Amino acid sequence: MSLKPEVQSPKPSDAPRTTPFIARLQRYGIIYAALWKNSVTRETMFKGNFLLWIVVEMFWFALQLGFISALYLHTEQIGSWTKWQVVLLVGASHFIQQLFQAFFLINCANLSELVRSGKMDFLMMLPVNTRFVVSIRQVDLGGFVNACSAMAVMIYAGRELHLTLTLPMALGFLALCFIGICIHYCLMFSLAAVSFWTVKAQGIVYGYYNLFNIARMPDDAFPRGVFKTVFTFALPVLLVSNVPARLLTDRLTSSSCFLLVGMAIACALLSEWVWRMSLKRYTSASS
Amino acid sequence: MRKYWHVIGIGVQNNLTYRFNFLARTLFGFIPLTAILLLWRNIYAGKGDGGLVVTFTLAQMTSYYLLVTIVDALTAVNEDDWQIANDIKDGNISQFLLKPVDYLWFRFCLYLAGRGTYLTVAFIPLVLVTIYLRDYFVLPADAATFGLFIISVLMTAMLQFFVSYTMAMLAFWVMEVSTFIFILYAFEYIASGHMFPLEILPPVVREALYFTPFPYQLYVPVGIYLGKITGAALIKGMIAQAGWVVAAYFMARFAWFRGIKKYAAAGG
Repeated sequence: MSLKPEVQSPKPSDAPRTTPFIARLQRYGIIYAALWKNSVTRETMFKGNFLLWIVVEMFWFALQLGFISALYLHTEQIGSWTKWQVVLLVGASHFIQQLFQAFFLINCANLSELVRSGKMDFLMMLPVNTRFVVSIRQVDLGGFVNACSAMAVMIYAGRELHLTLTLPMALGFLALCFIGICIHYCLMFSLAAVSFWTVKAQGIVYGYYNLFNIARMPDDAFPRGVFKTVFTFALPVLLVSNVPARLLTDRLTSSSCFLLVGMAIACALLSEWVWRMSLKRYTSASS
Repeated sequence: MRKYWHVIGIGVQNNLTYRFNFLARTLFGFIPLTAILLLWRNIYAGKGDGGLVVTFTLAQMTSYYLLVTIVDALTAVNEDDWQIANDIKDGNISQFLLKPVDYLWFRFCLYLAGRGTYLTVAFIPLVLVTIYLRDYFVLPADAATFGLFIISVLMTAMLQFFVSYTMAMLAFWVMEVSTFIFILYAFEYIASGHMFPLEILPPVVREALYFTPFPYQLYVPVGIYLGKITGAALIKGMIAQAGWVVAAYFMARFAWFRGIKKYAAAGG
């Protein structure tokens, strides 16, 4: 007599040998691909607007670079950073910010609207993880274009600094950027989740833009003190772009690298806790 | 006149609903301010005692950024331009074509109400920061300078509003005005002295900027306060500022006049 139960839980029919974890990954992969397709369709509907937003981002990026060049007309160094090192830092910061924007920004910004209008109901009813679908529903394709312009600036600055880029360095840089993006996402998601309490949280989303401003500043321009401590250990934006930029300019200490990883884990745990707390507060609206 | 007072009252009430937003905005705004002040302190430290950047001492540089924050709190448009653009897009302006209320002054009242409420919320944090930085905060040379500063701030407010109003009028012709507004804002951010005093720029660039309205949107009042604009330059600057206010007013009127002809009253 067979010990196997007669009735099995439904499984994807063509994946008999895969573990549940892989099956889940596959399923989420398919969902994410569909979301991408949606976003591409949406962008192609307003082509002119899509291009104009890229122009806007380019202007603001040029503005940051203009600011740096104007500062360095009057000084040789800021902390231990020379002009082209800071340009590289601004480039790295823009790169990270734009990729963050591509994947997460609109979604975080829209969270308060979902809560206010009660549209969260529909997303919670979907048979997927709610945080997953809330966080990455829309992809902002312009962000990838802008990340390329950031890359171009970094390459130019690298040439001015006579840097030689090795493969491990490039991979390390991308890995650190990935961690940086995760930190930005977790912080902003936690802030956006405050909208479950205050309903209108656009001020908070706007506020997060100010944190991007700090991310592109050279870390040792700031003296040891409250400011540096807060933005290293509480809201670790000072680490996010400085650590990758230091890797490229060969001035990275392993302690700051570990600190970045540690802070990323802490931010991830914190954001999940805030999210769960916030969901408990959710009272639907207007239905 | 009475009806416009009423508009201000409604505006204040509307804005008070979002007082938490205003507070968050103000408090978050101090983060980049602190960062930039620390950055400048670092640059000055490399220059030794009594070091100057162009004509600015560290105290003047610190005051510059504080004043920029204050003038910005007093005059920057908040969401007025988006709201105007939305009114046009959604056809809400139809009612103003029928009512004996002028839309431009109606919006101006709402703008004043917005600034008033913002300032009430931002006042305490601003004062606390100024007190904290009192050693680095310079006072105006005399009462007359302060008076001229106030007049210039008022003109800045009007210029800011009329320019934003004109930009919002683009909504008559295009679906999405935000990109255009952000591009203009990017120029304004650097050319009005928001990022740094215009003295930092090479002289040629600075001279060229004076032919644009941007310095009059922020830099001029702050420069007057700090005594960077004096004598003939002061008189010239204030006349030019007044000129830009008038020009921006007529631009706003003209854009509305042309826009109305194209207006399709969607959804109205």
